[in-house]
Amino acid sequence: MGEVVLMKGNEAIAEAAIRSGCKHFFGYPITPQTELSAYMAKKLPKIGGTFLQAESEIAAVNMLYGAASAGVRAMTSSSSPGISLKSEGISYIAAGDLPCVIVNIMRGGPGLGGIQAAQSDYFQATKGGGHGDYHLIVLAPNSIQEMVCLTAEGFNISEEYRIPVMLLGDGTLGQMMEPVDLEQIPEPVFAEKPWAANGTQGKRKPNVIKTLELAPDELENSVWERERKYSIVKEKLQKYDAHDIEDADIIISSYGITSRVVETAVKMLRNEGVKVGVIRPITLWPFPEKIYKQVNPKAFLSVEMSTGQMVEDIKLACECKSPVYFFGRTGGIIPTPNEIVDKVHEIMKEVM
Amino acid sequence: MNELSKTRIHIFSGHFGSGKTEIALNFAIAAKNAGNKVTIIDLDIVNPYFRSKDAKEYLENNGINLIANKFASTNIDMPIVPAEVLSVFNNDSGVVIFDVGGDDDGAYALGRYLRFFEQYGYEMHFVVNTRRPMTSTTEEFLEIAERIESASRLKFTDIYNNTNLSVMTDENTLLSDYGVIELLSKKMGIPITAQCGTEKALSKIPANMKKFKIETYLKMPF
Repeated sequence: MGEVVLMKGNEAIAEAAIRSGCKHFFGYPITPQTELSAYMAKKLPKIGGTFLQAESEIAAVNMLYGAASAGVRAMTSSSSPGISLKSEGISYIAAGDLPCVIVNIMRGGPGLGGIQAAQSDYFQATKGGGHGDYHLIVLAPNSIQEMVCLTAEGFNISEEYRIPVMLLGDGTLGQMMEPVDLEQIPEPVFAEKPWAANGTQGKRKPNVIKTLELAPDELENSVWERERKYSIVKEKLQKYDAHDIEDADIIISSYGITSRVVETAVKMLRNEGVKVGVIRPITLWPFPEKIYKQVNPKAFLSVEMSTGQMVEDIKLACECKSPVYFFGRTGGIIPTPNEIVDKVHEIMKEVM
Repeated sequence: MNELSKTRIHIFSGHFGSGKTEIALNFAIAAKNAGNKVTIIDLDIVNPYFRSKDAKEYLENNGINLIANKFASTNIDMPIVPAEVLSVFNNDSGVVIFDVGGDDDGAYALGRYLRFFEQYGYEMHFVVNTRRPMTSTTEEFLEIAERIESASRLKFTDIYNNTNLSVMTDENTLLSDYGVIELLSKKMGIPITAQCGTEKALSKIPANMKKFKIETYLKMPF
């Protein structure tokens, strides 16, 4: 075993980012992600990096836009209402084809909502949030160990494809403490950045990062060019965890912290002899649709801490070959294993 | 009061995530079991999650009085201290336990009660976990202790070793960096009162060391 420490999710993301070569962080405090900024504030100055608490989320995301344009590894983090504020800037970063990692430690919404954990920003993360034809690569860890690994991978993927990556956690993952083996963090793979606006040294023409295209056909070309990149990502990057799916009558899908509750429920159900399996999406965009086409349960069940935002992606992925049920809690409440077990019993009565 | 102390007023402070709340809760239960009247005060103005108030029902069922910010564990982050805290500083209040927010940020809340602590006496216990980031060396602990003492204007009286890795804690975890804590004790001039942990964590602790067995009260819903 390597270097195991006990970390809060928020701290762990910050440490993983630093170990991945991220030396630039721009943020604005918001519960429940504040420890991430606090950790960066303490550590970055010690390693020659930049921590900047901006005057607002909008300022922070535009600082990220600038840093990413210069080709350095940079990060911002926030929680739901703060991500809404950053959404305009995120669209610009996507349009600039810039790599960076944006962290959303979700809380209850809409509006100011509340500070307890939720997963109600699934649509915002996977379908836009900002304007225009763009996508983020959305990674959804379910443990603090996975969170550190995906933070590191997020930087690598983001640079490889020049697509901003969103690490989507929730208040519980941000706040809870778990042992983490920091030596398992993947090594940083730095991409060449001939496009970076980082000074010509008088040796080349200036690089210009812009999102305004004066001619409509040029804008169309750039949008389709980006769309081709998204097709490659959709083909290559689908990531999930699955088990007990071969004989399953019901396959439960959930992501993030909810999947930890689902695992307990699945153990309880399997002990009763109920054939349940699990597909846990790790990339929410691209959604891991291929695996849904390979399985044939009598029903799917999506369990979320929202009102069912992932249901339509499951329906599209499985092409509605079986009914897709939903169970969820929201407003800052985590479902219990018993509630999920009861829901499965109810579905069994309908489909068996 | 109990086998660990004769003092009535106890403050648990330290780095955030060091286990102050769990130790404070267990200390409260131990004091109650020893036959005392017990009040626990959730004075955490830093973190709205994983705090004493989360164990409200358990505490109340065990006859322990809980004083907590009424907004704690709700959907609003309201860093206030309850007015009832003032009611515990008289001699018939029994054992009083302050569960303080992490770091110097949390310790500022203590300063408001300085004259009462001076008048009635107190023990302030430094809860340490060497397996947390930013508190793995004696120097880092000393720095945090100094910041807490300066913010609270109080002095640590002893150390509670709570070195753990949560579910990955084994028989060797608690004393894995014990040299760091011994040096800290020497440099601060205060004793190490107890080795804290679950039954498993304590199983290899030598007989000459005082053990404080703890149960985990703040659990995840899975």
